[in-house]
Amino acid sequence: MMTNVGNRVTQGQFSFLPPLTDKQISAQIKYALKNGWAIGVEYTDDPHPRNTYWEMFGNPMFDLKDPAGILSEINDCRKTYPNHYIRVTAFNSTRGVESPTMSYIVNRPKTEPGFGLIRQEGEGRSIRYTVHSYATDKPETERY
Amino acid sequence: MSQEITGKERYKSGVIPYKKMGYWDSDYVPKDTDVIALFRITPQEGVDHEEAAAAVAGESSTATWTVVWTDRLTACELYRAKAYRSELVPNTGPGTKNEAQYFAYIAYDLDLFEEGSIANLTASIIGNVFGFKAVKALRLEDMRIPVAYLKTFQGPATGIIVERERLDKFGRPLLGATTKPKLGLSGRNYGRVVYEGLKGGLDFMKDDENINSQPFMHWRDRFLYCMEAVNKASAATGEVKGHYLNVTAGTMEDMYERAEFAKSLGSVIIMIDLVIGYTAIQSMAKWARKNDMILHLHRAGNSTYSRQKNHGMNFRVICKWMRMAGVDHIHAGTVVGKLEGDPLMIKGFYDTLRESRTPTSLEHGLFFDQDWASLNKVMPVASGGIHAGQMHQLLDYLGEDVILQFGGGTIGHPMGIQAGAVANRVALEAMILARNEGRDYVKEGPKILETAAKWCTPLKQALDTWKDITFNYESTDTADFVPSTTASV
Repeated sequence: MMTNVGNRVTQGQFSFLPPLTDKQISAQIKYALKNGWAIGVEYTDDPHPRNTYWEMFGNPMFDLKDPAGILSEINDCRKTYPNHYIRVTAFNSTRGVESPTMSYIVNRPKTEPGFGLIRQEGEGRSIRYTVHSYATDKPETERY
Repeated sequence: MSQEITGKERYKSGVIPYKKMGYWDSDYVPKDTDVIALFRITPQEGVDHEEAAAAVAGESSTATWTVVWTDRLTACELYRAKAYRSELVPNTGPGTKNEAQYFAYIAYDLDLFEEGSIANLTASIIGNVFGFKAVKALRLEDMRIPVAYLKTFQGPATGIIVERERLDKFGRPLLGATTKPKLGLSGRNYGRVVYEGLKGGLDFMKDDENINSQPFMHWRDRFLYCMEAVNKASAATGEVKGHYLNVTAGTMEDMYERAEFAKSLGSVIIMIDLVIGYTAIQSMAKWARKNDMILHLHRAGNSTYSRQKNHGMNFRVICKWMRMAGVDHIHAGTVVGKLEGDPLMIKGFYDTLRESRTPTSLEHGLFFDQDWASLNKVMPVASGGIHAGQMHQLLDYLGEDVILQFGGGTIGHPMGIQAGAVANRVALEAMILARNEGRDYVKEGPKILETAAKWCTPLKQALDTWKDITFNYESTDTADFVPSTTASV
């Protein structure tokens, strides 16, 4: 599997494992629900490491406590955006956390465009680096 | 009961016992705003333990060896620390093989301390008193810092929550490695190790505590090559990556210069060593808050005073001071690795760093209820002699908010650094997946790793190489209140 690194985005909790099955995703959903966390589904075509705000496939599901229902939301998102990155995020609202506590990718494009590194040479030997998402070379509406 | 002499008699020139000078009061009820210190006292032969406690209270607050009339110009009763409790340490004294030691509780009024200054706090609490002749040995075991005082400190520049948000990494321990060999690599060679580790799947690489700016590699060179490695690895993986650039130097001016350079190169994190001192640490924490920088602290030097049980200070006190001083990371033990660490004691350290409130828990060495007053949480770092084969134990002992640093366990992999990093990341993700699925991952740990190793050759090689490596030595710093279990398996 990931014995030859460098050919895919490795964000999230489980990117080094084989793609999760629906059964495995359900188990992770149950874990989040058991802890009282709300689950959100998000998608993007630009997985730049600092692209924080992926598009929300609806609001986080604060009131949905049924793992099957949540899985079907995930699968709806996959059907709608089969060639996008899709991640599942769990939000913990406990005082002192109030932040995501889980995040893992459940869908990715068949071929991942990846990133280039742009080096702008500055004074002395200093270099200003830009990580460039190849996926964004085309305007948003023409990417897929 | 207070045995204080009062009135004119109290201020007659000469020497009177500390107990009678007002530093002992068994009826004293600490105020919510008092700083409380717990000392382990080994009194000199023939010295009464309450007198020893009073002496420690006196010498760490207002007293000198003789009566001074100038006390009477002040509200001196307020400024006197009060020893209010002293009790025999379990398993010491008559009938045991250990000489008698006592836990002494001493309360200090808030007005004894300057706001927001670890230096001032420590100048009182550990200033003169550790060399005091009336005690044979003295150890600061724990402190209760009142909320009123905590609120005068910035606390961690970034904190666990914001660090995770900035790095976009949730729900698993972070992975790191210290670049090896510690000394001798050129900047170019050094950056190679950083790149390989990060591309392979680690989140952070790290300078070692004694990597500053030596003849074989000056600091600017290291910073430049490391940032090339960090950015290249970030582009290769789509993840935010970092390298702890150690800015420790001989002067504050040098440290600021190095920190500014790290910032200009886009580093997300810098590093300092504990040996730079409390004030320097607080200064760097302020700088880090101002410049959106995560601040990593290596606890270099701490074992000189924290390891022996009868003298010095417990590491949990360092944890408290460092959370106040404002660091984001601190090395706090591995349990299973090569450095000192009893599991119960380490739980106490980790809770102190990570919880919003820590209740009294004698078995973990926490002697007081401590409310952290919303100070940010510090990420503990587990480093030293750990490897992928211990992943289930590490997760069990240390939890999720921790950085697991596999130095040798990455760089020493038979198939290279990237393979070492892959092995660690796969082991970690497989273990988190299993834990979340509700499996008994501690018991099934070796099996979970074995299963993952079937499709991940680097993990298989790592397990084969290190499967029998454990460090089973007795800990020296252990709990006083439970039958101790010190084996580190």
